[in-house]
Amino acid sequence: MIGLGERSLTVVPRAVWLALLVALILQIVWQGVQPRPVASAAALTAPPPLAVLRVASIGEPVVLAQLTTLYLQAFDNQPGISIPFRDLDYQRVTQWLATILALDPVGQYPLLMAAQVYSQVPDPARERLMLQFVHAQFLLDPNRRWRWLAHAAIMAKHRLHDAPLALNYAWDIERLAPAAPGWARQMRIFILEDIGELESAKILLGGLLASGEIKDERELRFLAERLEDMKNAEKSSQSSKK
Amino acid sequence: MRHLQIATIAYFTLLEALRTRLAWLFVIVLALILVTAYFIQQLAITESARLQVGFAAAAARVATVFVLSLHILTSMVREFNDKGLELTLSFDLRRSHYILGRLCGYTLIAALFALITTLPQLLLAPPQAALQWGLSLALELAIMTALSLFCIVTFTQLMPAASFVFGFYVLARALTAIRLISDTPLVGGDTLSHRVISLLVDALALLLPALDRFAQSAWLVDSAASWQVLGANAVQALLYIVLLGAAAMSDFYRRNL
Repeated sequence: MIGLGERSLTVVPRAVWLALLVALILQIVWQGVQPRPVASAAALTAPPPLAVLRVASIGEPVVLAQLTTLYLQAFDNQPGISIPFRDLDYQRVTQWLATILALDPVGQYPLLMAAQVYSQVPDPARERLMLQFVHAQFLLDPNRRWRWLAHAAIMAKHRLHDAPLALNYAWDIERLAPAAPGWARQMRIFILEDIGELESAKILLGGLLASGEIKDERELRFLAERLEDMKNAEKSSQSSKK
Repeated sequence: MRHLQIATIAYFTLLEALRTRLAWLFVIVLALILVTAYFIQQLAITESARLQVGFAAAAARVATVFVLSLHILTSMVREFNDKGLELTLSFDLRRSHYILGRLCGYTLIAALFALITTLPQLLLAPPQAALQWGLSLALELAIMTALSLFCIVTFTQLMPAASFVFGFYVLARALTAIRLISDTPLVGGDTLSHRVISLLVDALALLLPALDRFAQSAWLVDSAASWQVLGANAVQALLYIVLLGAAAMSDFYRRNL
């Protein structure tokens, strides 16, 4: 079909058609014989300095932080290859996460990745590194980041079986995050109860109830019942010993 | 006689670039990139030289492609609008020779651009790596020259031609990564839609040049490329220039002037 302002195909010299056809065939053959691209895991490099990233963000550090988060997140799934977390350099990962948080301190995404994603690695040393990172970041803004430390406390207790570490985290939430809800601030009591430190748990819970900090009727009732349960459990364990 | 005509058109193409102060514009763009790279180097705590070279190379590569393609597109649009084309073709000149002359002229400008872009890299990076990078950049620019010429001859309007050129460039540089992703998806690898898309991507890879294999900044900051890679780049560039040149000629022959 000849469009408006176009001449017939026959006006094109044969040499031009031939050149076009031969070049097209050669192009397809050339690309066809090229080896297929092979995925190779690239090492995670250190993040650029924060100052460079601030300049690169051209006044939009939050957006850059979000894009950087996605870059880091995609690193364990580079084009065509899925890298197990244990093969990632966790020191570098924490550097990236810290840089992202410095760019966007209000953002919670890097902490979620540290507490919920990277800490799932079946390697206690790496897991511990992530929990340390969450703890360090919690100390910078406890009222906003307590939930990730609460998760870290649970991880420390149930996955690492490190009760002192879990207690330490719970104690920091209780001490430094007044904006955290009651359940998070009462975590230490329940960890103590779980690890059999009933006496300490009882004292702490009793003290909490006596302090008048808890205003909610239902929560008060629930905690009073827990205190009663603890006392009963203690009595029954003492009688069984006799 | 015919060769002389092609050379004359190429000469006037070069002259036009000189008179429109293209070289100055390009040098200013390059200087801005180098100053920014120096600024980044000053901010870096570690690997500062690596950062400087990498940024300068990657940014200069994109900027060079952008400035050159835009120059070719606007130059040809001016030629169409000023009726200079009709005047030129009123002489005893074949249309294919006009395209060849233009292609030669623009390719010379591309080579000069590549040379200017490589000079700072010769000071910052190992000479052999800088030389390889510069040659590969020249080949990449030659492909983009042919593509820009083909697009403006085909579309005749700046907007569609520029959109096609830059879209093509981004796709040609990203296609290897797209192929890798489509080869090994995390989920849904067996679905019909995935197989169709994978086939389409593979077909596209046969038609497009893999521009990600050209002028990599990794050659400057990590280790120089092998000369075989440069040879492969040269073959690819030659094939694609012939293909686009012939396509531009066939479209140009069919135009009613």
